Amino acid sequence: MLDRRKTLEFIFKAVTNATALFVVAIITFIIGLVVIKGSAHMSWEFLTAGPTGDMEHGGIWPMIKGTAMLVMMMSMFTVPLGAVIAIYLNEVSRRNWFYNAVMSSVRTLAAVPSIVYGLFGLAFFVNIVGGTLDWLIGYEDHVFKVRCLLWAAFTMGALTLPTNVISVTEALKLVPEEQRHAGICLGYTRWEVIKWVVLPQAIGGMLTGLVLSISRGAGEVAPILFVGVAYFVPNFTGDPLDQFMELGYHIFVMATQSPNVDRAAPILYSTTLVLLTLTFTFNSIGQILRWIHRRRIDR
Amino acid sequence: MEIENKALETFDFGVRYPNGVVGCEAVSMSFAANEVTAIIGPSGCGKSSFLKGLNRLTDEFNCRYKGSIILKDGKDIMNLDPYELCILRGDRIGYVMQKPVPFSGKTIFQDVAMPLRAVGISDNGKLRAKVKAAMVKAALWEEVEDRLENLSTSLSGGQQQRLCIARAIINTPDILLLDEPCSSLDPKSTQLVENLILELAADHTVVIVTHNMQQAQRVAHRTAFFYEGRLVEYDFTNNIFSNPSNELTSDYIIGKFS
Repeated sequence: MLDRRKTLEFIFKAVTNATALFVVAIITFIIGLVVIKGSAHMSWEFLTAGPTGDMEHGGIWPMIKGTAMLVMMMSMFTVPLGAVIAIYLNEVSRRNWFYNAVMSSVRTLAAVPSIVYGLFGLAFFVNIVGGTLDWLIGYEDHVFKVRCLLWAAFTMGALTLPTNVISVTEALKLVPEEQRHAGICLGYTRWEVIKWVVLPQAIGGMLTGLVLSISRGAGEVAPILFVGVAYFVPNFTGDPLDQFMELGYHIFVMATQSPNVDRAAPILYSTTLVLLTLTFTFNSIGQILRWIHRRRIDR
Repeated sequence: MEIENKALETFDFGVRYPNGVVGCEAVSMSFAANEVTAIIGPSGCGKSSFLKGLNRLTDEFNCRYKGSIILKDGKDIMNLDPYELCILRGDRIGYVMQKPVPFSGKTIFQDVAMPLRAVGISDNGKLRAKVKAAMVKAALWEEVEDRLENLSTSLSGGQQQRLCIARAIINTPDILLLDEPCSSLDPKSTQLVENLILELAADHTVVIVTHNMQQAQRVAHRTAFFYEGRLVEYDFTNNIFSNPSNELTSDYIIGKFS
């Protein structure tokens, strides 16, 4: 009996350890491969110059600029909106059918494939919103009803919004109910309880969730395929109503449409390294914020 | 029972939770000003629901009410709008919960000063004076005066509960509601808090819910016995414990049920 229990314990430990090692090995392999192959072609010029006509020479500056602008504009839309929706759901709304319906919708939206958001962005933001704006302002040419950075940012914002709402809601839920009741007993209004009791405790978790969902947005390609990203715009000015280049889409293009794979591969790896660095930076910011917040709470 | 100087009075007061559970019903009783009134009874008898109902903390559980709660000045708490209710909780009725609830991430000083924010006091001198006065009154000042910048969560359980009491009395409310304030404390801390309750009665009307009959005997001038959501008996503490008029009260006191 004892031998059998010992054997089972050994198998359990061996399987769990092997699984953990397998995951670490995969990540190490991917990162190692990208770093080794990507750094070979990495240079200051590669990061700061624009691509040439065949995109097998030159740099990726327009893609970095496009991705950075996309993420910033998306964050400006999704971060405040996500926080306000989550605060409403968790702190203000009663736990009734409406709350359940909204939460259920948010969870469902978080699970919708990202390509569907791309189609939604094209139909809603480009055609309906853009078209309506053109009609209202009286533009005869299409000014707003175009595929551009602005609608791409909104579409990406719509993609990350449910994730944002869920992550902020989870952070708010971690604040014990007694803390809110204690605030109410001190004579605080609902808003004062949120401002003085809940948010100071939840802010670390909220920021972490927000940064992580933004980093997800930075790595997505499918939602912007139909909305604003372009194959080749080397002179992207930063105008929100212009089409733009993006790192993830550039990787897709280089991997699938380059006639000379050997020449494209170094650029592909270097671009991937830049994109990975960008998303890892966002993830690290999230971890650091959580660490700082925990230190402040636990010191 | 007849009380001359009433700080608070309930008439047919009842609390019902959204799931239909009755917290308490048809409770009519008066609280004598500057006295300690204990509410005792077995688990689930409605004593905590009644106490929470007195400052309408039960609003947080979406409870429904019956009856009225009349303050000394004749105002009915049940008729207050949400903003008036905030002012009432901040100025006139202090509340201390069963478990100490220090605010995470706040220093001892900031924690005790939290209620002053709601009434708009931001002058540092006034803040310091009020915080010190409340902590002296809560018998906490001497123990923590040299570490006011430490986190309030770093205090021991007994100290945290006295911090919560200091926070509850900093705006000198007329009424202080204590919901089993010693249930999670060790005997030494319990004794400190009990002594404090007796001292607080000089300036405040204290209502304490307790599961501990000895505690009710030690601190309360009057005691009310609740059973199944109803007020069964209310009298001077000595009478309740030495000569209860109701058989249920008698059975509870001698330990036939708990």
